[in-house]
Amino acid sequence: MSTIVLKSIQKNYGAVQVIKGVDLSIDDREFCVFVGPSGCGKSTLLRMIAGLEEITAGDLIIDGQRINDVPPSERGLAMVFQSYALYPHMSVADNMGFSLRLAGVSKEERRAKVAEAARILHLDKLLDRKPKELSGGQRQRVAIGRAIVRKPRVFLFDEPLSNLDASLRVQMRIELARLHDELAATMIYVTHDQIEAMTMADKIVVLQSGIVEQAGTPLELYHHPRNLFVAGFIGSPRMNFLPAKVTAASDGATTIALANGANLSIPVRAGRQRAGDAVTLGVRPEHMRLAGEGELVGEVMVVERLGGETFLYTQLTDGTMLIVQADGEIPTSVHERITIKLDPAACHLFDSGGLAIERMERHPLANLRRLPTRKAS
Amino acid sequence: MASTTTAAQVPGTSTTVGGRSQRNVKTLPLVAPSVVILFLWMIVPLAMTLWFSFQYYNLLDPSVGGFAGFENYTFLLTDPSLWTAMMNTIFLVFWVLVITVGLGTLLAVLFDQDFYGRSIARLLAIAPFFVMPTVSALVWKNMLMHPVNGLFAFFSRSLGLPAIDFFGSFPLTSVIIIVAWQWLPFALLILLTAIQSLDSEQKEAARMDGAGPFSMFFFIILPHLGRAISVVIMIETIFLLSVFAEIYVTTSGGPGLASTNLAFLIYLRALREYDVGGASAAGVIAVILANIVAIFLVRSIAKNIAD
Ligand SMILES: Nc1ncnc2c1ncn2[C@@H]1O[C@H](COP(=O)(O)OP(=O)(O)O)[C@@H](O)[C@H]1O
Ligand SMILES: [Mg+2]
Repeated sequence: MSTIVLKSIQKNYGAVQVIKGVDLSIDDREFCVFVGPSGCGKSTLLRMIAGLEEITAGDLIIDGQRINDVPPSERGLAMVFQSYALYPHMSVADNMGFSLRLAGVSKEERRAKVAEAARILHLDKLLDRKPKELSGGQRQRVAIGRAIVRKPRVFLFDEPLSNLDASLRVQMRIELARLHDELAATMIYVTHDQIEAMTMADKIVVLQSGIVEQAGTPLELYHHPRNLFVAGFIGSPRMNFLPAKVTAASDGATTIALANGANLSIPVRAGRQRAGDAVTLGVRPEHMRLAGEGELVGEVMVVERLGGETFLYTQLTDGTMLIVQADGEIPTSVHERITIKLDPAACHLFDSGGLAIERMERHPLANLRRLPTRKAS
Repeated sequence: MASTTTAAQVPGTSTTVGGRSQRNVKTLPLVAPSVVILFLWMIVPLAMTLWFSFQYYNLLDPSVGGFAGFENYTFLLTDPSLWTAMMNTIFLVFWVLVITVGLGTLLAVLFDQDFYGRSIARLLAIAPFFVMPTVSALVWKNMLMHPVNGLFAFFSRSLGLPAIDFFGSFPLTSVIIIVAWQWLPFALLILLTAIQSLDSEQKEAARMDGAGPFSMFFFIILPHLGRAISVVIMIETIFLLSVFAEIYVTTSGGPGLASTNLAFLIYLRALREYDVGGASAAGVIAVILANIVAIFLVRSIAKNIAD
């Protein structure tokens, strides 16, 4: 049982405020991902939880106990660093057993625990090697092994996959998800890669310049982004934004007019929108399709064919760029004119302050959790 | 398909090889002058020393001359003072190494911490290295260790203790202290740079693993410094084998031979007696000894560095 609660956590470096009051609660056995652009404070937040950075203000509570002033080694956490931070002069086995050795665990017990972790991570044959004799992926696994051996309450990962090549990253991603299930532990994972966040997380926390923009399940963030930042950050390729004006607002649907005069009725709550208000229409590339008749007309500037799907980078008549996802089979070529039909039910509307206007219906999968099926041993 | 690929690769490979050897040919004339000068720089004095070491050649007595065979060598090697000087040399090198590496490591760890005035403290700690050996020896002799005027004597007197005559009672130890003071900054500088290159995430990982200051030092910092310590030992040994100015200025090798090392013995036996033949023979012996040490050192350290 390990729940983590952050209560208005702040971090200042001198006069600079890097973390500006973060409230968050992470449930037992949850896989929580901190995601955000580089420099937004993800690592700082993680390092504060780990105890490597002091907490300027706020409370950090693990399992009901305030641990702001508990030294890192006594918090019962284990961290995997981006650079792996293996001890270069020690063998793999010694690296993994170092914490046990410092804790005064007997040699026999140490060997047993290291062997157990090595089995889980398929490192059995590498135990006598030095870190420099390992490949990147193997080093990564040793770093994880070092964490596993300690049987921590919470695993912390700081961009652990960013030094690996693309195919290895996908493989390790799957392995980490499997590990999370097998160990049934709470994990906090930092990444700037929204695909890693979407694929692994039970809960995603989107950070921007030291504040939590939104926290929720991957599909909640995808279908109900709270503001323009989250909407643009989650999803790949990113969401398209088009300026629009409200022409009629009623309970059940808001009708808007796009810059080119096309009208669209979006199923969002009326809220405080009045006719004439400026709003932003957000629509993901995958929620548009080519049609004989549609709201938008543009010229294809770049075609990216991925095989299964094709991305059309389209310039609208007023100069706005739009990314459209189309079927992999379409023969469209550069400089062709296309007509695009939007799916109103999948469109998002943001007010002039950039906040999302609440949608009429919640997506059925928005609260879906990927909770571990097995009990903690 | 496969044959086409191979055929395409071969010309590519051969051009690089050709290009490289071509460059060697072109750069050879440019490198040659410096190589020739360096070679002469080394070989001429060595050859002359070798030549003189087999000659009777005394500046005070022009009447003797001619081939001496191994007499210069046997004279030196049968001299019991040679063994004393050798032991003194080893003693001096060993203890200066122990002090500089030991203290240097501790100071490096200290200066790696953040504290107020760190850059000034670093500068001060490194300053002794810029003082000429003769000057620093004079400062230690006349201002610090002098039994009458020295600062240490002042302290012991103000504590009501008798003043210590450092150079009379502990000549070699005094020389070791002076030389260690001079070489400590060098060790500190190299070890501090090495410590600063230690990955901070590694230290953090060790902290999370539960390492306190002592475990951190012995399990993480010291192994990381291994290579730098080897380098310090190698370079210092080469210079410490030939310490001369500090002895000349302070004890003149005395009392008796108590602080005479090999370099100073060569000076005593040969130059002071104007015996060029004997001095050259002693020089050759010193070169051979230095090379024996160097071979062992370089071997073991090169292995350490290659790891
Ligand atoms: N030791 C420090 N002193 C001052 N500023 C720092 C320090 N460490 C990080 N910062 C600043 O804090 C912000 C967040 O950093 P970090 O948490 O590393 O971002 P990221 O989300 O990329 O991991 C950055 O703007 C960085 O410049
Ligand atoms: Mg970071």
